[in-house]
Amino acid sequence: MEKDIVNIGKSVVIKGELNGSEDLTIEGHVEGTIQLKEHVLTIGPNGRIKAQVFAKSVIVLGEVTGNVTASEKVDIRDNGSVDGDIISPRVAIAEGAHFRGSVDMQRKAGGAQPQAVAAKPATPQAAAASQPAAAQPAQKVGA
Amino acid sequence: MGLLDRLAPRKSEPAPRPQGPASGPVDDPVFSTKALPKFLSCLTSRALPVLLDLGPVVGSNVGFFGEQLGCKIFVEDIFADLDRHVREGKLDQLPAFLKQRFPQADGEVDGILCWDLIDYLDKPAAQELATQLMRVLRPDGALLGFFGNAPPQDARYTKFIIVDDVNLKHRSYAASRGRQTSLLNRDIIRLFSGLRVSDSFLLKNNLREILFRKPV
Repeated sequence: MEKDIVNIGKSVVIKGELNGSEDLTIEGHVEGTIQLKEHVLTIGPNGRIKAQVFAKSVIVLGEVTGNVTASEKVDIRDNGSVDGDIISPRVAIAEGAHFRGSVDMQRKAGGAQPQAVAAKPATPQAAAASQPAAAQPAQKVGA
Repeated sequence: MGLLDRLAPRKSEPAPRPQGPASGPVDDPVFSTKALPKFLSCLTSRALPVLLDLGPVVGSNVGFFGEQLGCKIFVEDIFADLDRHVREGKLDQLPAFLKQRFPQADGEVDGILCWDLIDYLDKPAAQELATQLMRVLRPDGALLGFFGNAPPQDARYTKFIIVDDVNLKHRSYAASRGRQTSLLNRDIIRLFSGLRVSDSFLLKNNLREILFRKPV
């Protein structure tokens, strides 16, 4: 069976809450909150994220500013960048990746719910990215 | 659960595939460390210890401390901050920067990996860094520092990669400045005057390993 992967292209800018029930690749800009509870989020090499991220697995090849919570794994690849706190039972950080923040592999990611994050953001930028975007319009990806 | 149990891979999980820095050049020099096992003992005596790593992020070290020892790890790459200040010609501002640099609360951290950072700092910056590290370290917490015995000529930093609890690899990488000085033991002790020296070792490679503990 072919697996659908949704792609947000380089020219797309999203501000608000992004929810999905399928794997997602982001090459554009997203600010706010991203939730893919049971799915894989890939931040492509051109992706720029200022958001709280909740997913099953997160693969970072671009830039993330904000806290990342994954119920399975966070994978920061070569040239990927994360400024923020990571909560995930497994974390892989490649040589050449940038990371600033904290890593907590022991705390339950709680099914990737936003309530799971109580950690102090690593940087002022991460703190700003972690503010809820309640006033922003919600975006839904996938059905 | 003893230290060795906590260091052993979890049997329920497959053996970790080498990746990240651990799979780098195979000729990275490996040296035995005397102080690291003592530092690890300090950490593992606590439930959910909090570790502050002042070096560049090393994926395999994060796995070692996070998965095997159950630490929460703060990665604060002060070498990168130092490098940026050198490049921008703002070294005189580094002490003030370091004063604001650490978001951790007083006494929040159980262990600090200082590596050989102090060797690269001027005295005011080193003193401010030491002050901040003593602030965030909890009573009875441990700080591990490395200190060279001779200033090398080239501008290189060193990544220390944990092989196991008694072995480290070191890998040098480009830097904007070299080691500034080789501190005498008494100067190091004065720098961390709020801590006591728990153990001190001179390794065969001329590296001094000093383990500090914060008095209760």
